[in-house]
Amino acid sequence: MSSKPTATIASWPRPPRESEVQPVLTDLLDLASDFPILSRKVRDGKPLVYLDTGATSQKPRQVLDAEREFNELHNAAVHRGAHQIAEEATEAFEAARSAVARFVGADVGEIVWTKNATEALNLIANGFLNASLGRGGSSASRYKLGPEDEIVVTELEHHANLVPWQELAAKTGARLRWIPVTGEGRLDLQQLEVINERTRVVAFTHASNVTGAITDVATILDRAQSVGAYTVLDACQSAAHLPVDFHQLGIDFAVFSGHKMLGPTGVGALYGRRELLEALPPFLTGGSMVEVVTMEETTFMPPPQRFEAGTQMVAQTVGMRAAVDYLGAVGMGRVAAHEDHLAGILLEGLTQVPGVRLLGPTSSEQRLAVFAFDVPGVHPHDVGQVLDDQGIAVRVGHHCAQPVHRSFGVHASTRASAGVYTTTADVEAFIDGLHKVVKFFA
Amino acid sequence: MEQLYQQVILDHSKTRSGEGQLPAPNGQSFQVNPTCGDECTVQVSLDGTRLSGLAWSGRGCSISQASLSLMHEMVEGEELAEAEQLGETFRELIHNRGQDLVPEKMELLEDLTAFTGVGRYSARVKCALLGWMALREALAQARLSTGGSGQAPHTQA
Ligand SMILES: Cc1ncc(COP(=O)(O)O)c(C=O)c1O
Repeated sequence: MSSKPTATIASWPRPPRESEVQPVLTDLLDLASDFPILSRKVRDGKPLVYLDTGATSQKPRQVLDAEREFNELHNAAVHRGAHQIAEEATEAFEAARSAVARFVGADVGEIVWTKNATEALNLIANGFLNASLGRGGSSASRYKLGPEDEIVVTELEHHANLVPWQELAAKTGARLRWIPVTGEGRLDLQQLEVINERTRVVAFTHASNVTGAITDVATILDRAQSVGAYTVLDACQSAAHLPVDFHQLGIDFAVFSGHKMLGPTGVGALYGRRELLEALPPFLTGGSMVEVVTMEETTFMPPPQRFEAGTQMVAQTVGMRAAVDYLGAVGMGRVAAHEDHLAGILLEGLTQVPGVRLLGPTSSEQRLAVFAFDVPGVHPHDVGQVLDDQGIAVRVGHHCAQPVHRSFGVHASTRASAGVYTTTADVEAFIDGLHKVVKFFA
Repeated sequence: MEQLYQQVILDHSKTRSGEGQLPAPNGQSFQVNPTCGDECTVQVSLDGTRLSGLAWSGRGCSISQASLSLMHEMVEGEELAEAEQLGETFRELIHNRGQDLVPEKMELLEDLTAFTGVGRYSARVKCALLGWMALREALAQARLSTGGSGQAPHTQA
């Protein structure tokens, strides 16, 4: 299983070429050569050390090829037209949906294409809003919110899983509450009483893009389900780093982005339990999502098409399919083990850099290889600049998560994040580089 | 790296000339850099056509803090027209992709020429200019409130 070449999983678009067959993998993964960008040089000839996977992942040749091949041979609008390439494009689009559904433990009709996770979260929140405005008929009334209702998020969220809920609360009069974080940057499970009988939605992240903490989903789910609240999981950071199975988790809705899991930008997905999607009113409306349109009114298609208005991003879905095929062939268990190993090196290395303060769990239990940190007296921009000068790409700023930074008493941080292609040499170069940063500004 | 982080910049980012508040400013401006959340407030007071007082507060990287500190040293006490001309010249330098301006302009900039290298890094341009954007806005406000000589010139940030 683990040595399975990625492209043999797919009968479409073509059988694998010799060059694409993965070597038999030993303990640690060695996949960097599949990622063309990782061999480029930056800043006057330095090899690129890419530790910004948390922001966006790099893409293997298999993904780039699948996208190009689709565009060269099969490009057409989907679910429209009866010519051959329109049929091929539609098949590819739907085959991609099936592959992605299988990858995250969902049924094919439970996956809706969106442009990214942000859009998927807005889709859910606006579904609730439209239901609250009386749209979607009697079946949508289960999503109606009003001033007596509460929405629960967490202090750990990316702005994408916070701001749409703030907006929904402001528009419906519902009260927004949140689960706080601990000093270690984990969700504080001692404070789950914020989830109560008035709670209608609980939206939380599977893994933090700042602290790297992996959420104990079952505990939050138990509490949410005991009060009958809908649950929404932000799987952006987990999908490419851990085995993820939405059916097994028992979550109601989930979102993720292609570009964070070796796929293209411009494609992401919403997962929703079938019966819940059936009842949810659409967010974006227009072409491709309708049944009968008169000048007065319109009936909508069943999900997932109900939520896919307008011409779709077909090549990107094909690329995303190639990405999940790639990850699936490597095996998510092995991906997680590889990154665990890197997390161990990073954790140990970071604790040895003088003065560095980790913003996140200091043990490697239940955490991703995502490390945000503060170098006292040195601004993250300056840390990042000196690393960049050595060819090391990290993220600086608030990483779209201002509240959790505030909880640590900082405004911004530097973040190193690893992925399936990250090597031991990469993380060691980063730790060396960070020692140079501290010396430079001493 | 030493080319970007000139000693003048490192020194000013630590000593920070002019940090504080004015008792009765004629104008002030608050600016944020949304990519990193850095922010600054610049306050000014005028005495006729002279920029008699300038104070700033805020947080940010060494580039932005040094830029504010040097700005304070160079413009406080100057004629408004000169302070504004300096600001425009500095803006021009930062937008010049790491290249020197003509010698007369480099001379005018004095220690601010230490920022020449910042222009090579497009992500840092805003850091160098944050304080100067605040100065421009604070001066415009001060001119209005003191019934001074009209509005500050509008040029690109
Ligand atoms: C945890 C988390 N949630 C949501 C998002 C938003 O993803 P996108 O920008 O692809 O919509 C990100 C990406 O930065 C993230 O890390």
